[in-house]
Amino acid sequence: MKNCEYQQIDPRALGTSNTRTSTTLPCGRKNSQRLRRKWEVFPGNNRFYCDGRVMMGRQCGVLPLTIGLIFITSGLFFTFDCPFLVDRLTVFIPVIGGVLFVFVIMTLLQTSFTDPGILPRALPDEAVDIERQIDNSGSASYRPPPRTKEILINDQVVKLKYCFTCKMFRPPRTSHCSMCDNCVERFDHHCPWVGNCVGKRNYRFFYAFIVSLSFLTSFIFGCVITHLTLRSQGVNGIIQAIQDSPASVAELVICFFSIWSILGLSGFHTYLVASNLTTNEDIKGSWSSKRGEESGNPYTYNNIFTNCCVVLCGPIPPSLIDRRGFLPPDDAPQTVTSDTELPPFMSKNDANMCTQGTKELLQSMALSTVIQSTCTPGTPKTAPVTQESLLRTVSITVSPPNRPPSTGCSGHQAQRPIDVSCSQKGNKRSAHHTHKPMLRVSSPPYSLSHSPLILSDGPDMGFIPLN
Amino acid sequence: MSKVKGSPGLCFVEDRRSNNRKRSSSAMAETHSLQDLRQAAVTSKVFVQRDYTSGTICKFQTKFPAELESRMDKQQFEETIQTLNNLYAEAEKLGGRSYLEGCLACLTAYTIFLCMETHYEKVLKKIAKYIQEQNEKIYAPLGLLLTDPIERGLRVVEITIFEDRSIGSR
Repeated sequence: MKNCEYQQIDPRALGTSNTRTSTTLPCGRKNSQRLRRKWEVFPGNNRFYCDGRVMMGRQCGVLPLTIGLIFITSGLFFTFDCPFLVDRLTVFIPVIGGVLFVFVIMTLLQTSFTDPGILPRALPDEAVDIERQIDNSGSASYRPPPRTKEILINDQVVKLKYCFTCKMFRPPRTSHCSMCDNCVERFDHHCPWVGNCVGKRNYRFFYAFIVSLSFLTSFIFGCVITHLTLRSQGVNGIIQAIQDSPASVAELVICFFSIWSILGLSGFHTYLVASNLTTNEDIKGSWSSKRGEESGNPYTYNNIFTNCCVVLCGPIPPSLIDRRGFLPPDDAPQTVTSDTELPPFMSKNDANMCTQGTKELLQSMALSTVIQSTCTPGTPKTAPVTQESLLRTVSITVSPPNRPPSTGCSGHQAQRPIDVSCSQKGNKRSAHHTHKPMLRVSSPPYSLSHSPLILSDGPDMGFIPLN
Repeated sequence: MSKVKGSPGLCFVEDRRSNNRKRSSSAMAETHSLQDLRQAAVTSKVFVQRDYTSGTICKFQTKFPAELESRMDKQQFEETIQTLNNLYAEAEKLGGRSYLEGCLACLTAYTIFLCMETHYEKVLKKIAKYIQEQNEKIYAPLGLLLTDPIERGLRVVEITIFEDRSIGSR
């Protein structure tokens, strides 16, 4: 497969790794004349569409499923329930439903396609400077690459970790997402249902999405119950009502399962917003009193209203990665890439990988459990492994999307061979596991315990695990 | 010709926000000292790191780096950094205006960002102008160049130190 990938490299993409410059292909000369945009050489695992205007995580996860479910349920509702309810009740029912539906879809797309707050990787000069500072300060002592720094925030000691991939000390509340291979500011979690990380810049979209989705599902659920009740009040009874409108039953089932999880998730995130916490911090218990010490969240304003305003209505910083900026024509990109990166552009290979990946997804959903231990050895803190790793598997094995949007945009992505090998290893390893994950997946993954969400402060593959 | 490591920094500064930069780059070209910095060789770079003691807001350390001691005045440096910090604080300020912007955005399902520039972006433009001004007036004559932190993902303020020689002679 590696040979296949190499042959299918888009010649325009050459020049990202320093060894392959214009000398290898005649097209390389053209490369230096056409100014390339920075998204084309972005080192993380992200996809870019519409010439860098739209971005998302590399594996779209189950975003198509999310969109499909929403469309199908809403479509059935508008087609089968609304006519009856408009006759019997009021015309506002489809209007309200329509408004909610549009709001849900828009916030979902914004969550998926917005940069979550990715920090660009440190340039080599900076990395060298930091290394020098670390060596000088002597905080290394006996430990090999030291890589933590303690600072005081609001009289609270906070440890800053050094990110080996991005070659910098992570700002507070920043975490490295192993799915997307990026450090994300105010990292909340990586959501496979949305196909992107949820971080500082898109958290409010995510929150608006889950809240509006809970309203939508509750609304549809209520309307369908009303519909069936009204229908069954006739002489025929409930059985006849169901036979007259079978789609309603499908909607009932979907909504019933969704409501529990989505409402629970909304409630949980409302709590997080009110206390200015992230999912990451809450699950790890960063600010809970450990060891009998008095520690609180140093970022909270100690006022629910202020916290809500800050998190949801605060200013959105612009994207730091400047996807549409131009690269200087005479330079290979100076970003620090991790050692395992191969030429990132294999657009033709996507189609080949796609069907394979989908099959793998279905297989892995049926079989897999503990992928995490296979792929990232030595991760110190892990949430409930089975549920988390299930979703990791879902994310790892799902291939690139079928095709880029047909409006003439071209999709590019960065393929990471490690992910492929992980999924293969995962499939082999997981062959003997039970069907418990299968049950997990068939119902919406969100639960009150919020454990299926992906956390990612784990160490990067191939590097020394951090404590 | 010596490897002009300084030029990528300059190019980034020029290519980013290309609309603004097209106008300003011509202004920069007219300034004699900045133009000459292109030909100068880079001695080293100093990185002013972020200061997180007040939380996650964007703030840079005002500690005067040792490498600049021979080149410039401590007071001036601190003033520059402090002004930058104040500008970033203004961008991230939580007040009636930002809440209004946030609420309005929520009501329009965040589509308003497609047409409107956020307050933060406006302040970033102000910052870019300020840095360019500082470079032209103060830093370039001393053989130094400030790089806009946004080019470095708001991680550091990069100060490039060029070879100290009479710049006009080249």
